[in-house]
Amino acid sequence: MSIFKVGENLPSKTYIINRASLLAYANASGDQNPIHQDEDFAKSVGLENVIAHGMYTMGLVGQYVSAMAGSSSKVKEFSTRFTKPVVVPSGVDVKLVVSATVVELTDEVARLEVTATCDEVKVLGMTKAVILL
Amino acid sequence: MLNPDLVGSTITGATSTTISAESIASFALALGEPEANLAPPTFAITISLEQSQAVLVGSGLDWSRVVHGDQRFTIYKQLTAGMQIQCDSTIESARVMAGNEIVTVRSDLIESGEIAVSSWSTLVFRA
Repeated sequence: MSIFKVGENLPSKTYIINRASLLAYANASGDQNPIHQDEDFAKSVGLENVIAHGMYTMGLVGQYVSAMAGSSSKVKEFSTRFTKPVVVPSGVDVKLVVSATVVELTDEVARLEVTATCDEVKVLGMTKAVILL
Repeated sequence: MLNPDLVGSTITGATSTTISAESIASFALALGEPEANLAPPTFAITISLEQSQAVLVGSGLDWSRVVHGDQRFTIYKQLTAGMQIQCDSTIESARVMAGNEIVTVRSDLIESGEIAVSSWSTLVFRA
């Protein structure tokens, strides 16, 4: 018997993105693209400011999905579209709010549609996960 | 523009790595998870990133114009410390839309001859 119900909205969680967390992600992931760390460089290539790695935002959403599933080992499929960059000005804690809806249940898995917003604007699109029950 | 003949080309196993407990812990910590010993769902990108780009080197695409469009993972087996991983990266598709070139690279992380994780990265080379 699943703990989930089709149509159920799972509780939201908030994750903080700031310059220090981008640096930690760059070092842990090996993605040292300066658009994620260097404000002057980011602006020189036409960005408003430093932006978060798409994979960092997706990674935080992956933590959310893992938490809802009970373990990262239960996450079998995970996909997203990077629709809007998360802009991270110096000295600012950007709040990423993540929530999900259960859209399908089988005997073995739940399919989730996940929403990720900053300032109530969606930053990811078509975010889906399949988790083992 | 990508030479259509390159679609289907593969780099096999140029990246072979043993997953360390430290690499999982630091990746998980950067995502706010202290003391993790299971790899987070997106950890595969730390292994596939370099090679998924290497397969496109020499393709004639302009790397200063690239953005990450989509990302997808299928996880057959949980990645954990001590696993020895070979990574194969393949240019799976390329198409032009509104002048932008959209290229999907699939990277398979292989452990003991079986795919543990497949990772699809779609890159958009802006016109």
